[in-house]
Amino acid sequence: MSNKLDSKFGQYGGMYVPELLIPALDQLEQAFIDAQNDPEFQKEFIGLLKDYAGRPTPLTKVRNIVSNPLVTLYLKREDLLHGGAHKTNQVLGQALLTKRMGKTHVIAETGAGQHGTATALACALLGLKARIYMGAKDVERQAPNVFRMRLMGAEVIPVNAGSGTLKDAVNEALRDWSGTYENAHYLLGTAAGPHPFPTIVREFHRMIGEEVREQIIQKEGRLPDSIVACVGGGSNAIGIFADFIDDEQVQLIGVEPAGKGVNTSEHGAAIAKGSSGVLHGAHTYIMQDDDGQIEESYSVSAGLDYPAVGPQHAHLHDIGRAQYVSVTDDEALDAFQLLACKEGIIPALESSHALAHALKMAEAADKETIIVVNLSGRGDKDLDHVNRILKEKGAL
Amino acid sequence: MSNINRYAALFEKLANNNEGAFVPFVMLGDPDLETSYKIICTLVDNGADALELGFPYSDPIADGPTIQKASIRALSHHFKTADSFAVIARVRAKYPDVAIGLLLYSNLVFRRGIETFYAEAKQAGVDSILLADVPLREGTPFRTAAEANGIKQILIAPPNANDEDLAAIAKQTQGYTYLLGRAGVTGAEATATTPVHEMVMRLKQNNAAPAVIGFGISTPEHVKAAISAGADGAIAGSATVNIIEKYLDDVPAMLQALGEFVSVMKAATR
Ligand SMILES: Cc1ncc(COP(=O)(O)O)c(C=O)c1O
Repeated sequence: MSNKLDSKFGQYGGMYVPELLIPALDQLEQAFIDAQNDPEFQKEFIGLLKDYAGRPTPLTKVRNIVSNPLVTLYLKREDLLHGGAHKTNQVLGQALLTKRMGKTHVIAETGAGQHGTATALACALLGLKARIYMGAKDVERQAPNVFRMRLMGAEVIPVNAGSGTLKDAVNEALRDWSGTYENAHYLLGTAAGPHPFPTIVREFHRMIGEEVREQIIQKEGRLPDSIVACVGGGSNAIGIFADFIDDEQVQLIGVEPAGKGVNTSEHGAAIAKGSSGVLHGAHTYIMQDDDGQIEESYSVSAGLDYPAVGPQHAHLHDIGRAQYVSVTDDEALDAFQLLACKEGIIPALESSHALAHALKMAEAADKETIIVVNLSGRGDKDLDHVNRILKEKGAL
Repeated sequence: MSNINRYAALFEKLANNNEGAFVPFVMLGDPDLETSYKIICTLVDNGADALELGFPYSDPIADGPTIQKASIRALSHHFKTADSFAVIARVRAKYPDVAIGLLLYSNLVFRRGIETFYAEAKQAGVDSILLADVPLREGTPFRTAAEANGIKQILIAPPNANDEDLAAIAKQTQGYTYLLGRAGVTGAEATATTPVHEMVMRLKQNNAAPAVIGFGISTPEHVKAAISAGADGAIAGSATVNIIEKYLDDVPAMLQALGEFVSVMKAATR
């Protein structure tokens, strides 16, 4: 059998998984195609997004953090979505697909715990059993989300293998799925992994960009000049980019985590510093050594601590349609504090990377510029972690 | 090096003797380069009909804890792909007739360049390559390189494959067919559940290369059952690696135990 949807983005993407998983991925592709053409499914999905999750999310013009009068900076407020991050969008979609396929269990991986939280809430709502793999290091640095997941009835399974972060959680989820696909759906949390995940995740997040289009036209009468989003696996970025890919005048900018600096060994900038290879079922940009062993990534933000990117980002980079830049831990922490103290919004550390880059752009702008930042999540989950870091730095 | 077909010769010989193949799997470089070489020699000396050798990899998604740990042990000594080929070349020099198969993950191949990897494998004396994370539908570039270098490209036949996919797998696999003993990842804890007889018949209808069952084979009884159900051979991976793990501080005892294990498993194929 072959794929019904295109499984590649240029040379990237594909299905580099054991033969055993192919029937499960084919079943998922078919269920997705059917659901996209089923008005009942769409009605239920859109209904949940609106009445349960709180869409559309606002587009907020910042008041105080941009001093350059030429620049208007908007935040797409995914932090206000139920669950606290954009993740809830596509999770609701995939949870409905799980039911559609007649499966009763859901497997997920999580880094920051946001995807796990979204999975736990959707499974609670729809009567599915969730088991969520989370790197042991992340269990520790994202403690509030672990409690949230457990409270909503999900089983959280710490993963000690490897670096104890997102990459290892994905490995463990894939291993689980290869023995349980008959009654379990692997609800992958980002626009990465084997086909059809990158496509499904993009389509179930594309309302982010569609709403931005409508909102910005209403407020400004034109499209933005730039859209900026952080890139872990790439779901919030592809969600806000997708509707603008054909509008060449809109600059699309993905922000990777530079950690302690892209010239140190501690970063997660797979596009800036990686090379092409295969990880978790997709051909894409990855961080690897000269033999192809995967290197451990690093970022202060658990959700960006991943040594690869979704394959569509690899393609958008190669064809020059999107630019990928990187922001260090310290720059992200500064943006985190700035937004909190000047605008009264505590962003996720992940989203703080996008904001930090947008602030650099705002400072440099020499003509009238509208920038939209995808504020992919709120920072409640990061409070303990940032508190500790700032205390260590003597900044508090 | 000639283009001898070691698998064809092996399965013909075994058929004439009315026995199946026993194929142990171990990880190259586990626990270290020298011991790894000795382990492989011990396997052959005690009756292994062919070898299935893994290349250590950081993210082995098809492997359970036993084989993950074997990878970690090898990588902890900075064991490189070049070292894997070097060990294989020594094994090939000592045993010109034993069929040597590789079982590894695609990124190690991508990173070296597909053509370069297959050429190096041929040079070292490899007969076949199975890529754990390359299904039939991604296989073309690997198959092309395999054919250009006279290496057999082995495919996995999973028990859940539909007729169309199974027919395509049967048609394209070369040397032997890796019949998956069960769903899930490698590990000796869960035994094979695949209806072997039915799968072997489906493969035979499609003229597939001999069916060798792997995943969940850890005892002589498993081997016996698989062979009497029609399989042409059996692969034991985690069960073999478990012995290595058990005797990490006593290499002579490890080799002794591995030798005994292989003898008993081989005896069960008769
Ligand atoms: C708030 C937030 N933003 C961004 C990300 C990064 O993921 P992605 O690149 O898929 O958007 C995460 C992941 O956990 C997150 O929690």
